[in-house]
Amino acid sequence: MATPPATRPAPELRRRHTRERLRTLGFLSPWLIGFTVFFGYPLLATVYFSFMHYNQIQAPSFVGLRNWTYVLDRMPLFGPALWNTLWLVVVMVSLRVVFGLGIGLLVTRIKTGAGFFRTAFYLPYLAPPVTATVAFVFLLNPGTGPVNEALGALGIPAPNWFNDPDWAKPSLVLLSLWGIGDLMVIFMAALLDVPREQYEAAELDGAGVLARFRYVTWPAITPIVMFAVVTGVVQTMQYYTQALVAGKLASGVSIGPGSVIQPGYPDGSTLTVPQLVYSLGFQNFDTGAACVLSLVLFAIAMAVTSLLMRRSTGLLSAED
Amino acid sequence: MAPTNARPPAMRRARPALHWIAVHTTAVAAALFFVLPFVFVLLTSVMSDAQAMSGELWPHEWHWSNYTEVFHTPGFLTWWRNSLLYAGLGTLLTVCSSVPVAYALAKFRFRGRRPAMMLVVATMMLPPQVIVIPMYLVWAQQLHLSGSLWPLIVPLAFGDAYAIFLLRQFLLTIPREYLESAKVDGCGELRTLLRIVVPMAKPGIAAVALFQFFFCWNDYFGPQIYAAQNPGAWTLSYGLESFKSAHGVNWNLTMAATLLVMAPVVLVFFFAQKTFVEGVTLTGVKG
Repeated sequence: MATPPATRPAPELRRRHTRERLRTLGFLSPWLIGFTVFFGYPLLATVYFSFMHYNQIQAPSFVGLRNWTYVLDRMPLFGPALWNTLWLVVVMVSLRVVFGLGIGLLVTRIKTGAGFFRTAFYLPYLAPPVTATVAFVFLLNPGTGPVNEALGALGIPAPNWFNDPDWAKPSLVLLSLWGIGDLMVIFMAALLDVPREQYEAAELDGAGVLARFRYVTWPAITPIVMFAVVTGVVQTMQYYTQALVAGKLASGVSIGPGSVIQPGYPDGSTLTVPQLVYSLGFQNFDTGAACVLSLVLFAIAMAVTSLLMRRSTGLLSAED
Repeated sequence: MAPTNARPPAMRRARPALHWIAVHTTAVAAALFFVLPFVFVLLTSVMSDAQAMSGELWPHEWHWSNYTEVFHTPGFLTWWRNSLLYAGLGTLLTVCSSVPVAYALAKFRFRGRRPAMMLVVATMMLPPQVIVIPMYLVWAQQLHLSGSLWPLIVPLAFGDAYAIFLLRQFLLTIPREYLESAKVDGCGELRTLLRIVVPMAKPGIAAVALFQFFFCWNDYFGPQIYAAQNPGAWTLSYGLESFKSAHGVNWNLTMAATLLVMAPVVLVFFFAQKTFVEGVTLTGVKG
């Protein structure tokens, strides 16, 4: 387009604006359609179904708040599922952040074989969740699992891991610590960004290892720690595959992936909210109750997301 | 070891050595935690059926034929093909549909850009279970496409929030001057995007493509919802679980299959290590 003249007649300006708006719409169109069809519609439909009785065979009928009072007040599995999800959010996220930071610190200090160690620490993160879970159910199986064999040989009392209601969630935490690679990389990058001079200045001032961490490292990496915590919370609220596969495999009654069993083996100790949504909607065909639970999950997720947007300002503020 | 100011010179030299030993001992211990599971899985995968039921750790004989047996398990090759279809086509569609959206969000000035960006982030954070029931009803009852992977692939042709977000972060780093000089040369927006932006954004696009490929390859929830009724539409990630039951109590074949499902991801990683680590960093640090 030629350089615009200094004074331009109004209609041409307006035409240009229309053209620019159409261009923007054109570029955004895939997402605008996708957002409306695959997000807007199902969200509204979820609200609609939450007030309906619908077993996916007969036509839906209006039942007012019955699904809501049922789920929030009387449904026996709602409390345990919410408790398990919260337990995992608190324990798994905090341990992952601490462990990830520890591995990140370790990696930045390794002088010999740094490449080997970095790859070794990172690789488990790449294992597809289902394969990692299958592997851990095998490693930790109480009968012949290598871990319990080793513990037995050392004379240490071995827990029943995925088969013990008290140990099932800690076993899942162990599995999540194995796949720490994502946090390791993020923390490693953040730690390497801390200016060296600050450490040297602190050392000259006589600061010990702990003081240097407290007054130099920590302030510099706080935003990344916050980021890790909030994204960890969001991910853990969706925690599904590992808990489901571990429960099914450990229960030993699995007759293939299509099998219908009560989720959360052993004793509902690994039942998470997303699993309960699946179980209600696709095993019990109680669409209304499943949709109520979906909306509860949605509300929590949005609350955390708005916290993320406010706290880690970098996420959106990087406008050019 | 309490540090004193009047430290003898010998000790000064000893400290870095002790530090080296402490760091590398910890590193070896950590490496054992991360690597041993792979080793045990590999060792068990080559055991005989009988030995796999015992608690022994070292195979008496190495039965590499377990791996060929896995390939002969009914369905395994079909699931392999389905995984490739879902991950390959899904990645292609995601990249093609997300790049223009990310470009508009990064470089166009228009009203509603910020709210649009916030909606993208909100979608990204949303647990997939929240909207799955109405979506399933549409695909199953109106379109009769349950029992296939199409309900998972088709939506990817309309942009993926996570891909859009990452690509936008990357495109923000392209200086505006490049785009303006292209416009002075008479390029329209589409040509600017294809000729200037895409070549410059190759590392970002590669990282997003890798993430999407891994996401599809690893997806369990999606195939469980839409493909469960039809074993012919299962993916590796979904079908793997059935090995344990198909082969009874034997862990050896299940472990062999586990490694075979991990293999493509690990191979892709070794070929694209730099891209991948850059991508992970992009999600967090440059955010």
